[in-house]
Amino acid sequence: MKARRIGAVAAAAALALTLAACGSGQPAATGGGGDSGLKIGIKFDQPGMGLKKGSEYSGFDVEVAKYVAKELGTSEDKITWVQAPSAQRETLIQTGQVDFVVATYSITDARKEKVSFAGPYFIAGQDLLIRADDSSITGPDSLTGKKLCSVTGSTSAQKVKDKYPGVQLQEFGTYSECLPALQTGGVDALTTDDTILAGYAAQEQYKGKFKVVGKPFSEENYGIGVKKGDTAMCTKITDAIKKMISDGSWQKSLDANLGPAGYKPGAGNPPTPAACS
Amino acid sequence: MLDILEKYNILEAFWMTIRLTFFSAIGALVIGTVLAIMRVSPVAVLRRLGAFYVNTVRNTPLTLIMFFSLAGVGIVLEVSLVDQSSSTSLRDNAIRWAIVALAVYHAAFVCEAIRSGFNTVPLGQAEAARSIGLTFGQSLREVILPQAFRGAIAPLGSVLIALTKNTTVASVIGVAEASALMKVIIENETASVAVFLVFALGFVILTLPVGVFFTSLSRRLAVKR
Repeated sequence: MKARRIGAVAAAAALALTLAACGSGQPAATGGGGDSGLKIGIKFDQPGMGLKKGSEYSGFDVEVAKYVAKELGTSEDKITWVQAPSAQRETLIQTGQVDFVVATYSITDARKEKVSFAGPYFIAGQDLLIRADDSSITGPDSLTGKKLCSVTGSTSAQKVKDKYPGVQLQEFGTYSECLPALQTGGVDALTTDDTILAGYAAQEQYKGKFKVVGKPFSEENYGIGVKKGDTAMCTKITDAIKKMISDGSWQKSLDANLGPAGYKPGAGNPPTPAACS
Repeated sequence: MLDILEKYNILEAFWMTIRLTFFSAIGALVIGTVLAIMRVSPVAVLRRLGAFYVNTVRNTPLTLIMFFSLAGVGIVLEVSLVDQSSSTSLRDNAIRWAIVALAVYHAAFVCEAIRSGFNTVPLGQAEAARSIGLTFGQSLREVILPQAFRGAIAPLGSVLIALTKNTTVASVIGVAEASALMKVIIENETASVAVFLVFALGFVILTLPVGVFFTSLSRRLAVKR
């Protein structure tokens, strides 16, 4: 009797597992835009790129997403914003919980195996944020013996570990947690994509306290992630990005969101979106 | 899947998990025992102090304690546990603060486990010990504590298992233990169920024998009454 009961529990658990697996294979209910609305994944916590404040969403990624949605025939009020933390972006796309993701999403080969990318719509680079009165750090070459801060497991953190062995690295859960340490001198610099750094430098409470060094030492191609193999969607988005760049809205929204920090986009911007495959 | 796992040093990450567990378990046992003694001592101030500690720490999220230890006390107030001029001072400082945070947090649970052990000792024994002239300290040392620990082994095992799993919180201050490595793998290779399962399995391998060991220990050492 007892054994049978245990067997039943095991079967129920196995069933739950297969159900979970099924969930990830289901196709997206919506998609393609139109008046049915769009679900777009963005960052909620990245000032200058994707930031949620109350019920307001702001940032360059948000502007790009709105523009693309408009080109797909969806008005702004029909957009449902979904939080897309870095580790969940592929899952959100694969399970159809979002139609596309615009969330400082670097195009990499490993990610291309799971999702398709439209773009790039922006080229960012890893840079350093330092205290405004610090003149000892002028770029990646002057980092030896310095203490850097970044996010646990992020690409930026790994790059520092691999390329600059003389540098000490403190990792925290989010970039905002690095800022008090940077302010008090516990660490000497915060490192990640320059877009994110510019966003922090421009924040009200930190204005004038930090500066971006402006010597990027990597190239991150931000793309818009869509369901793998959805070439139709990808092509439409690519066209929208091209139009946004050519009609000046791209520059305008970049200036509005990252301009206040004195941020100038690095070489290669605005980029030419690649063809969809 | 296997080629992904070969690229990363998973054993090293779990070794850090084990080290965190080991040192913070010792710390938690020491602090927890002191707290438990405070909570049964005849001095009212100590009793209240012990109860205050347990109620405060037990009801604070570990993530907060962890982050506050390093970022608040360690970095902003500049209380360093390492030699600042060493070339790995940041990393070592984070590891040591993680151990402190884990020990401080789990001490509250250890205290309650041991206090439950005190309750397994019949009141008559304490009275008998005092009546033959033993002081509070002597009766605690010779009569109560040895029996209390033996009665508390099973709940202490549960605390140790929880502690092992809670070491993953140390990744919020950048300690390179198992869950931090999982974040790296997810960042580079994108998330997959297999990666989660591998790390879940790692923790099962660590905690399952602990559970079995403590259960059998609690049976063998149980005080026969």
